[in-house]
Amino acid sequence: MEHRIACHDCDLLHEVRPLPPGSVALCSRCGSVLYRHKRNPLDRTLALALTGMILFILANSFPFLAIKSAGLTRATTLISGIAELHRQEMNLVALLVLATTLVVPLLELCALLYIFLPMKVGRTSRHMAMAWRCLSKVRAWSMMEVFMLAILVALVKLSGMATIVPGVSVYAFAALIFVLAAASNSIDPQLIWDNLEKSWRR
Amino acid sequence: MAPLTARRAGLANCHTCSLLTPLQQLAENHGHCPRCGSLVHSRKSNSLSRCWAFLVTAVIFYFPANLLPMTHTAHLGKVQDDTILSGVIYFFATGSWPIALVIFIASVFVPLLKLLILSGLLISVQLRSTWRPAERTRLYRITELIGRWSMVDIYVVTILVALVKLGALAEIEAGPAAPFFALVVVLTMFAAMAFDPRLIWDRMETPRD
Ligand SMILES: [Zn+2]
Repeated sequence: MEHRIACHDCDLLHEVRPLPPGSVALCSRCGSVLYRHKRNPLDRTLALALTGMILFILANSFPFLAIKSAGLTRATTLISGIAELHRQEMNLVALLVLATTLVVPLLELCALLYIFLPMKVGRTSRHMAMAWRCLSKVRAWSMMEVFMLAILVALVKLSGMATIVPGVSVYAFAALIFVLAAASNSIDPQLIWDNLEKSWRR
Repeated sequence: MAPLTARRAGLANCHTCSLLTPLQQLAENHGHCPRCGSLVHSRKSNSLSRCWAFLVTAVIFYFPANLLPMTHTAHLGKVQDDTILSGVIYFFATGSWPIALVIFIASVFVPLLKLLILSGLLISVQLRSTWRPAERTRLYRITELIGRWSMVDIYVVTILVALVKLGALAEIEAGPAAPFFALVVVLTMFAAMAFDPRLIWDRMETPRD
């Protein structure tokens, strides 16, 4: 039973075979990804998650755009944009922006650290399966890369009205997008389940 | 001879941890995966009706999202309401056509494409179609990938209201289209999550009798 896997998209059964480094196993019927070989998944995921956490803190502690007009420079953070939407009684929109650009990415990073940090030192987090379940549920709602595109659009949109200066945190945001994507690509979920089963046998 | 799927082998596939569990054992475990504890369904429950419900609601909200103003601007004594399309036309006319294209694709084209593809998939499953299942599965994966990009305009409005308030040279407020637009994005994402692509393939195993 352990050597078989079913395609998530078409339910076809496949034998699990070891893959050459860096390659992907595709479903023979519908072409969906079945599983991938990951190089050094534990160390990579951990390193990227830690970097991501630092970038996340930087990105939200400094202003991301500043506006220059009449000799004055004033800066803004993402949170002040959300607060302004809330003030304009756009609560649904404010909530969605808050969730997709702050809460979910933070949750993602926390779940990764919670799962893989103890694993690195040979322990198993008590709620590891639950953390992974949450992670796979909320993942689709993490939209930092879309937010980055919006920053570019807003820059062009306002360029006729005032001088806009990108702040420190725009660079942190940009780096965070790549780090988050790389982190979620470096995860080998099989590590989690092997570890879980090993902890049951102990 | 039909290809061997997990369901035909009497197994259910856990979408969280990919463990295959015999249906009997799953029932004894109250439907939860014995390894990771997720609720396991051989097929997503009520996939078609849930997907239709999200889609129809999204179609209804698509109209106010595009017809009502997205932003309300007061600049140098001029007051202006902009819908998504009037914004696109403005940028096209003033020569910023890359921005016009980005907004048009993300805010108008992608939601429409997603609504059309998902409706088409639902109808094809309900008609028990056997037409190009691999291509239809690929279409489904595309709808899962592109939906998020529609959020661009919502984020642009967030950034604009944050920045412009500071500048004191103009005032921008989010318009009544914003919540409808946010709902369209959320509902089409829920619709894509509700759809079960395995239904496309189930019809291949039990062709029209
Ligand atoms: Zn498949």
